[in-house]
Amino acid sequence: MSAGKQQGQRSEVKVNAGDNMVEHGDIRVVHRGGSKIDFRQPVITNDSRFLLCASGECVKVFSTSTEECIHDLQGHTDLVTGVLLRPSNHLQVYSCSIDGTVRLWDFTDGILIKTYVIGCPVYSIYASANHEGVIFIVVPMLGDKRSELFQLVAVHLPQSGDQLVESRELSAVLSNVSSNPADIAFGRGGEYIASAKGLQLKVFFFKKQKSYEFSLKEDNKKGGLNTFTCVACHPKDDCIATGHGDGKIRLWRNFNHKKEYTYSTLHWHHNAVSSLCFTPEGTNLLSGGVESVLVQWRYNQESQRDFLPRLGAAITHIAVSPDGALFCTSHSDNKITIIQSCVKVSAVIQGLVKGESVQTDLIVDPRSKALVLNGKPGHLQFYSLQRDKLLYNLDIVQQEYIHELGLEQFEVVKAAFDASGTWLATVEERKQKSAELEVNLKLWAFDEQTQSFVLNTTISAPHEARITAMCFRQATDSQTTMLVSTSKDGHFKAWQLATPAHTEDEGPSWSCDFVGTYHGLVPECCCFSADSSLLAVSFQEVVTVWSPTSWELLTTLSQPPGAIRDLCFGRLSCSKYLLGTTAKNLLCCWNLLTCSLEWSTSMDISLLLADPLSENMAAFCCQAGCTDLFVFKPSEPRPLFSHKAVCSGTVTRAVFAPREKMLDSCEENSQWLNRSQLHFLTQYMDLMTFTTKAEDDRLMASSKQLVIDDSVAMTPFYLLLGKHRHQQQENQDPMSSLSAERTPLPQSSVAIKELLQTPAHVLPSTSFLCSMFVQSLLISVTDLSGCRENNKKAEEEMESEKEEEDSEQEMESSIVRSEQAAVSVQSAECAAPALTKAQVRELRRLKKLDHSWLAGLLDS
Amino acid sequence: MGEFKVHRVRFFDYMPSAIRAMAFNSRTERLAVARADGAVEIFNFSDNYYQEKVIPGRDGRAVEALCWVGQRLFSAGLNGEITEYDLENLKPQYVIEAYGGPIWTISCNNQGTHLAVSCEDGTVKLFEILKEKIQFQRNLDRQKSRIISLSWHPSGAQIAAGMMDMIRIFDTETGRATHRLLVERGVGASKSREVVVWSIAFLSNNTIVSGDSAGKVQIWDGLMGTLVRTHLVTKWDVLALAVSQDESSLIAGTSEGTIVQFQFLSSTVDRQDRDHEWVRTRTFKNHSHDVKALALTDTAVVSGGMDTQLVVHPLLDKVEKNTQEAAQRKIAFPHRSLVGCAKKAGLLLFQFPDHLELWRLGESDGNDHICCSALSPCGGWLVYSTVSSVRLYKLQHNNNISVNKVRPQQRIIQLRSVHQLCFSADSSKLFASSSQSSVVVVALNQLECKYLQTLRHKSGHSCPTAVAIHPTTNNLISVHADQQIFEFSLQQKEYTEWSRKLQKQGLHGLWLKRDTPVTSVGFNPKNPTHIILNDTFMFCIIDQSLPLPESSTILYNQMTLRSLPAPERTRQSHAFKICKNFQHVLSMSLLDDLSLVVVERPLLDVMAQLPPPVRQKKFAT
Repeated sequence: MSAGKQQGQRSEVKVNAGDNMVEHGDIRVVHRGGSKIDFRQPVITNDSRFLLCASGECVKVFSTSTEECIHDLQGHTDLVTGVLLRPSNHLQVYSCSIDGTVRLWDFTDGILIKTYVIGCPVYSIYASANHEGVIFIVVPMLGDKRSELFQLVAVHLPQSGDQLVESRELSAVLSNVSSNPADIAFGRGGEYIASAKGLQLKVFFFKKQKSYEFSLKEDNKKGGLNTFTCVACHPKDDCIATGHGDGKIRLWRNFNHKKEYTYSTLHWHHNAVSSLCFTPEGTNLLSGGVESVLVQWRYNQESQRDFLPRLGAAITHIAVSPDGALFCTSHSDNKITIIQSCVKVSAVIQGLVKGESVQTDLIVDPRSKALVLNGKPGHLQFYSLQRDKLLYNLDIVQQEYIHELGLEQFEVVKAAFDASGTWLATVEERKQKSAELEVNLKLWAFDEQTQSFVLNTTISAPHEARITAMCFRQATDSQTTMLVSTSKDGHFKAWQLATPAHTEDEGPSWSCDFVGTYHGLVPECCCFSADSSLLAVSFQEVVTVWSPTSWELLTTLSQPPGAIRDLCFGRLSCSKYLLGTTAKNLLCCWNLLTCSLEWSTSMDISLLLADPLSENMAAFCCQAGCTDLFVFKPSEPRPLFSHKAVCSGTVTRAVFAPREKMLDSCEENSQWLNRSQLHFLTQYMDLMTFTTKAEDDRLMASSKQLVIDDSVAMTPFYLLLGKHRHQQQENQDPMSSLSAERTPLPQSSVAIKELLQTPAHVLPSTSFLCSMFVQSLLISVTDLSGCRENNKKAEEEMESEKEEEDSEQEMESSIVRSEQAAVSVQSAECAAPALTKAQVRELRRLKKLDHSWLAGLLDS
Repeated sequence: MGEFKVHRVRFFDYMPSAIRAMAFNSRTERLAVARADGAVEIFNFSDNYYQEKVIPGRDGRAVEALCWVGQRLFSAGLNGEITEYDLENLKPQYVIEAYGGPIWTISCNNQGTHLAVSCEDGTVKLFEILKEKIQFQRNLDRQKSRIISLSWHPSGAQIAAGMMDMIRIFDTETGRATHRLLVERGVGASKSREVVVWSIAFLSNNTIVSGDSAGKVQIWDGLMGTLVRTHLVTKWDVLALAVSQDESSLIAGTSEGTIVQFQFLSSTVDRQDRDHEWVRTRTFKNHSHDVKALALTDTAVVSGGMDTQLVVHPLLDKVEKNTQEAAQRKIAFPHRSLVGCAKKAGLLLFQFPDHLELWRLGESDGNDHICCSALSPCGGWLVYSTVSSVRLYKLQHNNNISVNKVRPQQRIIQLRSVHQLCFSADSSKLFASSSQSSVVVVALNQLECKYLQTLRHKSGHSCPTAVAIHPTTNNLISVHADQQIFEFSLQQKEYTEWSRKLQKQGLHGLWLKRDTPVTSVGFNPKNPTHIILNDTFMFCIIDQSLPLPESSTILYNQMTLRSLPAPERTRQSHAFKICKNFQHVLSMSLLDDLSLVVVERPLLDVMAQLPPPVRQKKFAT
């Protein structure tokens, strides 16, 4: 009902969210997949079954047992900055966002219950059971929205039936607080709130309306940092735990005294404590930091502590389930670990791993359609964009990673797949200050059995200098595969798979086939044409075109000045074109048939890439600190689509990912998104994509459907029983004939009665009873049609045996899909020879029931 | 300011002795500290923590415990004797044998009527305190093992005694043991070893706090005899406990050198009356070795131990910020000069507890320790005093030094105990401060000594730490524990103009903030306007001809002056020339030939002589 309204609101907020974004018809730039899940503290629900966390513009609901994302709570139009269980109803959750709204959700069904419009960006949200109808949020100081100062305000949530509620009445509680949610915490029973910023701790008592401030000295003697990094309050005692920049934890007591407050210090962490959390009973305190060790301190016996080490990456947040059974830690590599009672890691929810930079391009694995890029140090990650889930990490470097500042490690810098996805080539390099550059080229073959890549060949020092580009020959036929690499040493090399000369039981391996140079210039880019008949290699200003079969230099193309930055062959109908961008802001298009420049235009293109499934090409242009996108066909002078200010900063990594299902949009400017989707990385390592209105609507519709559906986590068997019970209830109420489709099944209850009332020693074998029982639960076609026709007809059918057999054969064909069910019925027939005639008749009648419904269930 | 030829002397192997026991008298604000060599020192906390009195020790008289009873100070030791001190004459007044073997501790009840001592033979002996002495009253029930620690209930009706593996509570009326609290042994290897209850405290709400050798601080219910709570504080021993006067705070000293504070706090802030609990709060680490003695004053944690330093660590919640009290103090060296210097002859005399060194000059006879010594400027005379006698020697040094003992005059024999000794500049007179605040002047002729005159001095407000009379102007310069400087003209019998100006303008804040007292005053023989002062960390020349520093000027301006051009330099310079090039200075004297003798004793050298600590914190352990 509010879809249209929401949609309108969404686009409206989008305009002021992006810096100076212009609407481009129906196409929007969105975060879709790969967003951070370690941004804010996750929340575990009361029953410990779900884990909720803010992820980009939505809240994700994960199952704590299966690690699967159950659904997204979508509706916010900007970054979600906080998730909080509603204290008065543990089945509802608040979320707040930079878009200036607080939303209330039913997270089990994924329904948006209410939207409270605050009117200014919300950075974090707090609530306490003692403050009914009030939430506490951190917003920028009034007056000036750009300032770095924040305040904690109380919002009285108006009681109103509307879905969209304006609640702009804010009453300030504390001024000058930190925008980091970890720096504010409610104390015992919500009687006070503690807020830390810089070197100051403030405690505000609600009853007395009085606040106390405690300051620490800027620095202690040994140069450690005393700044507060996080705050947690004991749930039963008046004790505030604070984490500090030097790794200390202080436990504050007696803080309702200006002078006679006191604190004890715990010190285990060697670096800043990033998160603190008391268990619900207050018996333990959990802390974590960059050491990636979860430390559990026994409250009041702090000398006793337990450790859970080797969690993989720095801990950013810690959360505990309300019953204290599950802990979960967020990690800086976009991961959430679920821990059972501080000893066992029971589940790991891994998002897209984001390092400081992606050195490999964004690549799509042709086989799994997964996005491939740098992940953990020395690894390639395979990330499914459709399921928004990390599939696996491939260890490329195969060396132990040692975390130490300033220590140079092997890094994966290049990766390439061949067209079928059977070969993967990777380049890793290590540059130490004193030593020479170490480069390894590795070739990996896909192993069908293990469904993963297996190292085939390692070529150490394939070139004498850094490898600048690498590509596979896109051989469509089953010719020998070929890899071309270009390097700063002035050569480009072709590598080919060759069987070894001496017959050992080693498989074929890769070796160098050809070394090419051009006037001693340094090659920068290489590219195969769509049919793999041509190889273009750029040597500074000159593009050389080679025949990969004969290694003959066919022609050279040049458009000085400016070295070539990117090379791309056109596809399909445009395969005669070769496009190149130069460092001097020029986009050139050469016609390879005439070997002449077809057209050129002046624009500063940071990235040029071709859609493998269409003629379309995408060019990201950097202009005035922002990046614009142009999508065009090389043969057409006019761009198909242009989008100004896609994001701020330059875009250097992007990829066309083929769609699973083609869209059938016929609008001119969104047609280019029909076959594949364009993903790109911003300079802040956000993975963005383009979405059309049609897609949005579809997503909206599917989320609506979710509302009608029963809980996803329910088993089919439960559904079965649930429906059955429902029908029985309807039986009892003869007036409820409104739901005409669900007609009562009188005989089913008879079957059950029979089953229950017969003495155990005269009962037939269980296999017979089982099928009978199951069938008694099914809804027959005849019963379904019973509303249209009379039940009489069924009785008539029962009388004539011949007709019955005919219809039985009809039945046979209709239940072919559910073979299992049919077999079980037949076996039941032979297993029970001593049946009474009435029983046989009953059985026959049952057999006639429609099994297709069950079959459909099994198929799904 | 002139340049000096500096003799940097570092061969004075002075080794302060470890602190064994401590007792704080909150009424008089005096702290008594007992050292391992038997010396007892009295610090006046109201007078800038000045070491007011030193009672020298004696061989074989190690003090194990100290106890104030009003103004009277008692000690007991492993020699089995109880000693009361004469704090006027700085010597033991009387010694009583307790006849119970070595005494581990001594404790007085709040009423000040009885002393309890715990003995090796398992008895607790009660002594009645009489006006001039103490008298044995009774034994409490004798136990099987030695009694290490004692604490009276504030009402005086009960005594808690810490023993091996247990704590006993005695009724003082009947002398019966009413409770027996078993203390758990340590885990692991120490399971087989007996646990020693090193320290115990009996609070007015019948809570007993114990510290033991298994590293635990345990809270017991004294009425029911049950254990309330155990705090594991260290892997080694908890050696000492101290409770604040209002019983809201408790400190425990460990052999790691840490002091752990516990506070009696309510678990919730609004219900102050209920749910109080002893909560471990702060940890102080001021010592490298065992903390053997502790005192908790209203404003500070006072601690001492094996590493010989007395540390006063202020509790910041109890003191005003940025005051004299808010600074932490470490008292490492005595507040008096242990070095004598013959300015003309260029000889140095080092005073050790049991001998003097002038290139190893004579050993003191008897078992008494030396309390003061002096060397005449000409180098011809040497005098030292013990608790019982004064000895004068004549030195003859041509090539090799010979020491002749002078048969003293009757008058000098009368000087039983002397606290300060001093020669006049021309080496003709010896001044000796004796009991009853009198000064005895003895004229030294070539071979005999003659008693001349006794001066009586009126008592000042703050204790003077160094005094000297100017050789030419006859002005008396005195520097006090509160860092004030006075100049008194002996001829006019009044304070001089300069001194009045100084008092009117006030001393610079930074000067007043220094935390070690000035230990000597000297003069420049070439320039009469120069006064030379030194404390442990600096030496200072006061030029009386220059203007005094304003409170806004930089006190330590020697470096900035050096960088300024000459006319600017004279404008900026002020009377206090301070040099901080030296550290841990024990003595400094300007010889006649303008060479400066600096006797340093780096603290690191002292530390190096200590045994290795039980534990040193290493990173990531």
